[in-house]
Amino acid sequence: MTTRNLAQLLIESARRSPTREAVGVPEGRTMTYGELDALSDRLRDRLWRLGVRRGDRVGLRLHKSIDGVATIFGILKTGACYVPVDAESPAARGAYIFNDCQVKVVVTERALQPELEENLQRLNASPAMLILDDDKRDAALAVALDDWDRRDPTTPVATVETGGDDLAYILYTSGSTGNPKGVMLSHTNALSFVDWCSDAFQPRSDDTFSSHAPFHFDLSILDLFVSMKHGAKLVLFGETLGKEPVRLAATIASERISIWYSTPSILNLLAHYGKLERYDYSALRVVHFAGEVFPVPQFRAVRAIWSQPRYFNLYGPTETNVCTYYEVPGDDPLDGVDTFPIGTICVPNLGRVVDDEGRDVARGEPGELVVHGPNVMQGYWNLPDLNARAFLVDGDGRKWYHTGDIVTENGTGEYKYLGRRDRMVKRRGYRVELGEIEAALARHPDIREAAVVAVPAAESGIKIAAFVACEQDRALSIIGLKKLSSQSLPPYMVPDIFMVVDALPRTSTNKVDLQALRQRA
Amino acid sequence: MSMRDTVRSFILENFLPGEDPKNLTDDTELKESGILDSMSTLKLVTFLEEHFGVEFEAEDLEAGNLASIENIERLVQSKLAAKS
Repeated sequence: MTTRNLAQLLIESARRSPTREAVGVPEGRTMTYGELDALSDRLRDRLWRLGVRRGDRVGLRLHKSIDGVATIFGILKTGACYVPVDAESPAARGAYIFNDCQVKVVVTERALQPELEENLQRLNASPAMLILDDDKRDAALAVALDDWDRRDPTTPVATVETGGDDLAYILYTSGSTGNPKGVMLSHTNALSFVDWCSDAFQPRSDDTFSSHAPFHFDLSILDLFVSMKHGAKLVLFGETLGKEPVRLAATIASERISIWYSTPSILNLLAHYGKLERYDYSALRVVHFAGEVFPVPQFRAVRAIWSQPRYFNLYGPTETNVCTYYEVPGDDPLDGVDTFPIGTICVPNLGRVVDDEGRDVARGEPGELVVHGPNVMQGYWNLPDLNARAFLVDGDGRKWYHTGDIVTENGTGEYKYLGRRDRMVKRRGYRVELGEIEAALARHPDIREAAVVAVPAAESGIKIAAFVACEQDRALSIIGLKKLSSQSLPPYMVPDIFMVVDALPRTSTNKVDLQALRQRA
Repeated sequence: MSMRDTVRSFILENFLPGEDPKNLTDDTELKESGILDSMSTLKLVTFLEEHFGVEFEAEDLEAGNLASIENIERLVQSKLAAKS
């Protein structure tokens, strides 16, 4: 197999059809394949000038924009990997991530710069900063490139012939020890998934893909790279629009989206608040959902209005991207079923169900799903202990990733998800390690100890409850706790309820009694 | 109950269970403090629309209109005035 780079997907589509629309923003600008290719070439040259080379990391903290897409491809074209962080999460978290993987350059927006730089300085990190001015968002990158070129001209460099096992991106997810951890994915990892999508969903150049998930969320890999591979159009739904069901519903119709991909939470929001019946969705032919369990009754509410598309439940932790899939049958044999199966393994990956000792369980028995194959990550950035535990190595030396998900296999290769074997939960599709919330709370000087539990909730699926014991005479108000959490954690990790207690209950072995707390939540 | 108190008790009950009501004043910052995120904003807006019989447009919910209880009251009053 020849070495392939994700950037080639854009380069080849631009060569085939330079004047086709590649990417657009609702009621905003669009850019053709030729323009996107040229703009990302210019950024490649600028990054090269700043010393970025194969194997380096380049960070981006940008709101969803065409410039963000061009930035990703510009980074890939240098042979470096991109590290996207959430513009909506606290700057301290972004700075932690950029420092953790030692990015050489950060691309960000003027308004986000001061707080980010302040936090980077606190960590003694000083990557080069490329700043885009916010007021010209739709053309900010081109304007900035003109400006930098005037001061310090670049010479065009060839797009670097890298790929294969070189890293393409590092996506950070919640870490149980209190800090996010970086999942390293190679070009081969990503392309294996992209090529599988081509076979499974038969995308066409006249498709219009949605980009709803932010670029730091692994759902974005399908949006970005499958659309580019097939010369289709990608429509970017920004952070604000993406959360406003009324405008979102109207925009999916007016943009004539044909392939939609989001978490079930968003589909549920659209069905509840979006007034979907007002609009024409005749272009919609495929709906993918992933990231969390989609309760069948909520799914039915969506399909009652969007009746014609095919629906796919895509499953997989960031470490494997998508590794199993299930197409919801067209008729409705779902009576009495609460949740969908996660489906069958995406070939050529392999799955097994194992017990605590790593032995295969008897068919139909519950066990942990482990996955081997080209989709599986290279490891976590700079976490050797975790990497040693993340994989099961079999007698042939093959590495199987421990998903942590408990499943059963029904005898025909179809898996059903039962639960987790640790304290990770999903909220709005995002992974949340309850231990990371506890660590964030416990860092506050007024807090003596904190414990966090998650319990099922009717509407949102899950409720996160934090129990906090404060230092003597330093009791925090609930508003104070909420504020503290939202300043140190991403929005999806902020607990729903807080309870201030004198002390956390303990078991006979002096561990925090999480069971007792779950009953009180 | 005054409009402010109606809004206050809705927020306390739904987003701040257990909080001492006197900690949620008319000018407590609702967005920056994390009390109103995207989901709780949706719930609050749905409640305001149903309870006060008003309808909001997307631009009504921008900027500081939901930043505090007094701002929310101002927004609802302006919608009611426009209706009559």
